[in-house]
Amino acid sequence: MSITSLQAGVNTASDMATGSAGPKLQKRRRSRVGLAMVSPSVLALLVWMAVPLAMTIYFSLIRYNLLYPGDNEFVGLENFYYFLTDEGFVAGAFNTLWLVLSVLAISVVAGVLIAVLVDTPFFGRGIVRVMLISPFFIMPTVSALVWKNLLLHPVSGVLAAVWRFFGATPIDWFTDYPLQAIILIVSWQWIPFAVLILMTAMQSLDQEQKDAARLDGAGPIAIFWHITLPHLARPIAVVIMIETIFLLSIFAEIFTTTGGGPGYETTNLAFLIYSQALLQFDVGMASAGGLIAVVIANIAAFMLVRMIGKNLTDKA
Amino acid sequence: MANLTIRNLKKVFEGIEIIKGIDLDIKDHEFVVFVGPSGCGKSTLLRLIAGLEEVTSGHIHLDDKEITDMAPAKRDLAMVFQTYALYPHMSVKKNMSFALDLAGVAKSEVESKVSEAARILELDHLLERKPKALSGGQRQRVAIGRAIVRQPKIFLFDEPLSNLDAALRVQMRLELARLHQELNATMIYVTHDQVEAMTLADKVVVLNGGNIEQVGSPLELYRHPVNQFVAGFIGTPKMAFLNAQVKASDAASVTVALDSGPVYTLPLDGRTVKVGDVVTFGVRPEHIQVADAGVSEFSVKLDVTEHLGADTYCYVKAPNGETLTVRASGDYMGRYGQEVSLVPELAHCHLFDAEGRAIPKPGAPAQAA
Repeated sequence: MSITSLQAGVNTASDMATGSAGPKLQKRRRSRVGLAMVSPSVLALLVWMAVPLAMTIYFSLIRYNLLYPGDNEFVGLENFYYFLTDEGFVAGAFNTLWLVLSVLAISVVAGVLIAVLVDTPFFGRGIVRVMLISPFFIMPTVSALVWKNLLLHPVSGVLAAVWRFFGATPIDWFTDYPLQAIILIVSWQWIPFAVLILMTAMQSLDQEQKDAARLDGAGPIAIFWHITLPHLARPIAVVIMIETIFLLSIFAEIFTTTGGGPGYETTNLAFLIYSQALLQFDVGMASAGGLIAVVIANIAAFMLVRMIGKNLTDKA
Repeated sequence: MANLTIRNLKKVFEGIEIIKGIDLDIKDHEFVVFVGPSGCGKSTLLRLIAGLEEVTSGHIHLDDKEITDMAPAKRDLAMVFQTYALYPHMSVKKNMSFALDLAGVAKSEVESKVSEAARILELDHLLERKPKALSGGQRQRVAIGRAIVRQPKIFLFDEPLSNLDAALRVQMRLELARLHQELNATMIYVTHDQVEAMTLADKVVVLNGGNIEQVGSPLELYRHPVNQFVAGFIGTPKMAFLNAQVKASDAASVTVALDSGPVYTLPLDGRTVKVGDVVTFGVRPEHIQVADAGVSEFSVKLDVTEHLGADTYCYVKAPNGETLTVRASGDYMGRYGQEVSLVPELAHCHLFDAEGRAIPKPGAPAQAA
């Protein structure tokens, strides 16, 4: 912005110097200079995006398995066919969907409730807020390991101790409820994000609106439904959009805990592509899977923007 | 019926006394304005009446019902806020019907009440709009409409006009005055603008530092301020205050010598002051005449003059450095630095003792602060 205003300032100054014939010429020259200035970054971004995409498309069309080197003949859409008909694909797609939707639901609901809760003043609120947000700063691998070894472990985990205290048999989470366990871990990581966004949004809620609602006879629950929740609609949309993008590609939590198993029960698309490329060394098929994932992510993004995006650009 | 009685009301907030024991009676159909400088507690007092703040001690009665600790919605009051506080995601209609919907009033009744309010406020064609699509004045009317549909015993206004531009403010002020007549309602109105207070009120309550300074009709406050604060607060431009000393006093007159020279005898009941007391001489700009130099013993030097068309405000400086404002006619032409003399209308001048209390007119009952 400062550059544009500076430029405008220079422009008016030179306009005054050159007189009335100046502006048109100036404009053309300026646009040419501007183009020259931005072209390096445009080129860099193009190369950055286009080269990997082109290579992925190329790999997806050839037989390219690291175990059988030198035999890279063109196979057409065979990789796509095998990836889509792989028994892991349907499971992976379903698990991805289930993981994303569950974590979204949990983090938004919990996020709203916590944000509303910490909006009322109480002793030590500052510390509580920091603690609420802190899980977000822990690396996914670390938090997955903490959950796996310290919390959910059937022998040495905290939850197992609790179960035993009440005389119950500890649950082997990653064997009996593997996807639910991963949903639990990922939710724990993403609730803080929702809390952070919604907590900030709560601060912009007009106090006089709440006072007016109180005078209108609204109790705390009516105020929540009719005032607070509509006020939070937009930040909730932001949370859903951003979380969806990250949740579609959850990997570290699965890799460190279940390794996609048992069977395909916790394999999502990201993990399926990884296992194709680096466990079965089939680069061609992994590339095909990657492209399919890109298409799916784009469909999801398109639908999200249709559903929520309108709400975002609409000025309050 | 809507008689509000406030007795010894106190509000302490974080150890600081904001409202220091207020007694006030508001009668049915009265338009009462709370006025005072910012931080005087006028908004807090209104919020205490509304029930949005908790009372520390004291009592509020509405008719014969004690409402001191009652929930805000049960008090039969409606409030219009400074920021309007409209619900942004609801249409105008829904904004107005919200309270009735919550109370479970029948649909047809809600419909008729809302359309009645919309008719009074000329909002009929805007009912389906959202607040963001309305202008400032329209939002203000919706906020008032939201209060009207509830048919409260008392309307509370918290600086409702301060977010509007000057032209709209004058228009809305007239509409509020008209509305008060039309609804025949009891209204309590908070403002820091003494013009609003003077024009709208049946009764003005001047607050300062959590205390009531004076209660009375606008003209009563203007003519008989009980102390220096009220005298300075009511009236624009401000009353001028000049230091003086009592030279002689009896039950019908007080003679004072101003520090800036002249000696005046005012028709006041001077039994509360004695010779030698330091007092403050107060005179409003409209109660002084400007004359050529030497006409009177009060000679001053002209500072800046402001020409407003109908009037001219002259800022003048007395020999001892005291300044005062004088209202002259619109065609008065005075030069900067010119020597002139002033002729105050002594019947309209005020004297305040060392504590700032007004010295009463003869025969007037001594007023309590």
